[in-house]
Amino acid sequence: MAIILDHINYIYDADTSMAHAALKDVSLQIPDGQFIGLIGHTGSGKSTLIQHMNGLVSPTSGAVYFDGKDINDPDFNKKDLRAKVGLVFQYPEHQLFEIDCFTDVCFGPKNLGLSKKEIELRAYEALKQVGLPDEYFYQSPFDLSGGQKRRVAIAGVIAMKPDVLILDEPTAGLDPKGRDEILGLIKNLHDTMGITVILVSHSMEDVADYVDRIIVMNKGEVAFDGEPKAVFSHYEELEAIGLAAPQVTYVMQELRKAGFPVDTEATTIMEAADEIMRIM
Amino acid sequence: MLRDITLGQYYQTDSIIHRLDPRVKISGTLLFLVSLFIVDNFIGYLIAALFLVMAIKLSRVPLKFIFKGMKAIYLLLLITMIFNLLLTPGTPIFTIWKIKITIEGIKTAVMMGVRLVFLITGSSIMTLTTTPNQLTDGLEKLLNPMKKLHVPVHEIAMMMSIALRFIPILLEETDKIMKAQMARGADFESGSLINRAKSLIPLLVPLFISAFRRANDLAMAMEARCYRGGEGRTKMKPLVYRKRDAIAYIVIAGYLVLCIVFGKILF
Ligand SMILES: Nc1ncnc2c1ncn2[C@@H]1O[C@H](COP(=O)(O)OP(=O)(O)O)[C@@H](O)[C@H]1O
Ligand SMILES: [Mg+2]
Repeated sequence: MAIILDHINYIYDADTSMAHAALKDVSLQIPDGQFIGLIGHTGSGKSTLIQHMNGLVSPTSGAVYFDGKDINDPDFNKKDLRAKVGLVFQYPEHQLFEIDCFTDVCFGPKNLGLSKKEIELRAYEALKQVGLPDEYFYQSPFDLSGGQKRRVAIAGVIAMKPDVLILDEPTAGLDPKGRDEILGLIKNLHDTMGITVILVSHSMEDVADYVDRIIVMNKGEVAFDGEPKAVFSHYEELEAIGLAAPQVTYVMQELRKAGFPVDTEATTIMEAADEIMRIM
Repeated sequence: MLRDITLGQYYQTDSIIHRLDPRVKISGTLLFLVSLFIVDNFIGYLIAALFLVMAIKLSRVPLKFIFKGMKAIYLLLLITMIFNLLLTPGTPIFTIWKIKITIEGIKTAVMMGVRLVFLITGSSIMTLTTTPNQLTDGLEKLLNPMKKLHVPVHEIAMMMSIALRFIPILLEETDKIMKAQMARGADFESGSLINRAKSLIPLLVPLFISAFRRANDLAMAMEARCYRGGEGRTKMKPLVYRKRDAIAYIVIAGYLVLCIVFGKILF
């Protein structure tokens, strides 16, 4: 079920005086089962890019393939695609609309034309998976806290049992505790469901601990693409485009400069601690 | 998607028409519309056409944009012309079955068509070259004398500018909500009429909630900055007439005189 983006260009408001290129010659391969962090400054084209992956936006030029088929072919079934490539938008307020959380999560499976029993089973499972406390199931989604709204929004998408789950800045506007909870939840979904996850964020720090691969976007182009260690080794270039490597990277680099023989590739605090212990 | 709708859209560029005082453009457009109903011969329309072409050239708005607005009225245009063609009595040129085509019919049909096209083009030039805020500013200033009659001119202008300001925001919001629901398999485009109306609920509920929230935030922000209506309120950028505005008024006046003389009296 790999997704392949082949030389994608996208221009907003083409043919007007406001035309401007949001994506420039982006080529990517998203194989099965990876946990990917898509990082970039605000306006770097992250949201535009992920909307290409489930066919909400069609490229100005270039092609998107899912499972070997061009998704912008006239006879390609985009509705099926959207069930397989689940996309959770940045603001839960844009999708929540039903009288209670449970009914809202039923919306996705209902659109797939499943039986009532199956729909309710999936909604129940999904709400359990995102860890929404039972007492909120039949409450209005509008009365929930920001973090709980996010959970319901994520449940609304995973109830469709996607093979690929894309989350657009799921931690925006959350306090540190809520952020860690949501990130832990996403990691858990990736591990238990065995699905591909693409996590969009503007903070390296957020994703460093979780992902296998980091794609860095800058001004509509892919600036770096690789394992976290490899990407963070470019910490100076990352700074130049307004991003920062995790603080651990800086600590290790400074230690190295100060003459300690540490391995600068540690990306998580635990790895760094072990490394420092090793040389002492 | 939705953002393609041209709704009194502003075309950003720098031109002499863009820089004119909005009052000039509003009154100029009104006078132009009036002139279209004064003239009733070929020369008159020729003068109007020349005036339009000049305005378009000076505005530096690509023709494509100006005619985009025409798409919206093309059905209206067609119906108007057909009715005029078929239903105007006069000397018939030829008759097909029971339908008589008269010289007068052709004349009025063409005239109505030209009038409508000119009318829409003329007003599009105004909206394409004037931001909504300038438009309301200009309108407020033009209507100022009506304050004496206790017409709440400032309040009307303020409501208008807020409404206009919110149109693009709400369109963008609608676009985002539609996408979020389409990602969950919603279908806004097919199905029976009832199903389609039903499918709007997932769109309208978040949209209304967001609109109310925004309205509330805006009211708070205005209150926090001590807004209390138009009484004694000054502007950061008050409208002042400049030399170019005077010239524009003279050109418009000249155009009107030409229209009356050639389009009405002489021929
Ligand atoms: N609906 C839109 N219309 C016009 N321009 C847009 C639209 N959405 C995004 N853009 C522009 O495209 C660029 C990329 O935006 P986006 O993909 O939202 O970036 P990110 O998600 O990384 O912040 C930005 O410069 C933004 O201003
Ligand atoms: Mg974004």
